[in-house]
Amino acid sequence: MNKKQYETVIILTPVLSEQQMKDAVASYRGLITDAGGEIIHEENWGLTKLAYPIDKKGTGFYHLFEFTAGPDFVKSWELAFRRDERIMRYLTISLDKWAIEFNQKKRNGEIKSSSESAKERKAAQEALAVESNDEDDDN
Amino acid sequence: MSRESNFIFNQTPQVVQKKKYCRFKKHGIKHIDYKDKDFLLKFINEQGKILPRRITGTSLKFQRKISVAVKRARHLALLPFVADGLK
Repeated sequence: MNKKQYETVIILTPVLSEQQMKDAVASYRGLITDAGGEIIHEENWGLTKLAYPIDKKGTGFYHLFEFTAGPDFVKSWELAFRRDERIMRYLTISLDKWAIEFNQKKRNGEIKSSSESAKERKAAQEALAVESNDEDDDN
Repeated sequence: MSRESNFIFNQTPQVVQKKKYCRFKKHGIKHIDYKDKDFLLKFINEQGKILPRRITGTSLKFQRKISVAVKRARHLALLPFVADGLK
């Protein structure tokens, strides 16, 4: 059986408590493993602000799964999302070879997202500014 | 941008235009991450619309990928469909 690699992001309602959110995520994790898939990576972004309101809610719990699964799995996987009221949005994409490579590098810290690199740059600049200030003080 | 400003402010629009290039080809970027919203912000205007190739200089191959990535990000509420003063 040839398995493909997929990536799913789900947005859960902010109405849930932290524990309820974790339970929901755990149940979906179970779905993958029950179907003989393998979880490669998971990310929890926590409570994040939405760019526009969904179901009259301004925030949501984002959770990302990266997994391998057989070709028939995604249909039942997405059906479960549609049936579940806790899930406001979901997106599943199949990963091509570049995406797999990209995700691997990102996990190894070789690639950083723009916001992270911007933060680092800012921190570096501030550090420089502090240094130059020190020099000024010396003079 | 620069072309327009030159046109307005310089009587002689002879200032050498910097050649546009595709940043993905130049830096060897093969995959565009739809989850990286700060990166995608470079390719949309303040209304949240996708910028045309003639402004960003992106090659057609990557413009298509950008467009898919922006649309995925919109679906996941990482980017707005419509906005006012995004930048």
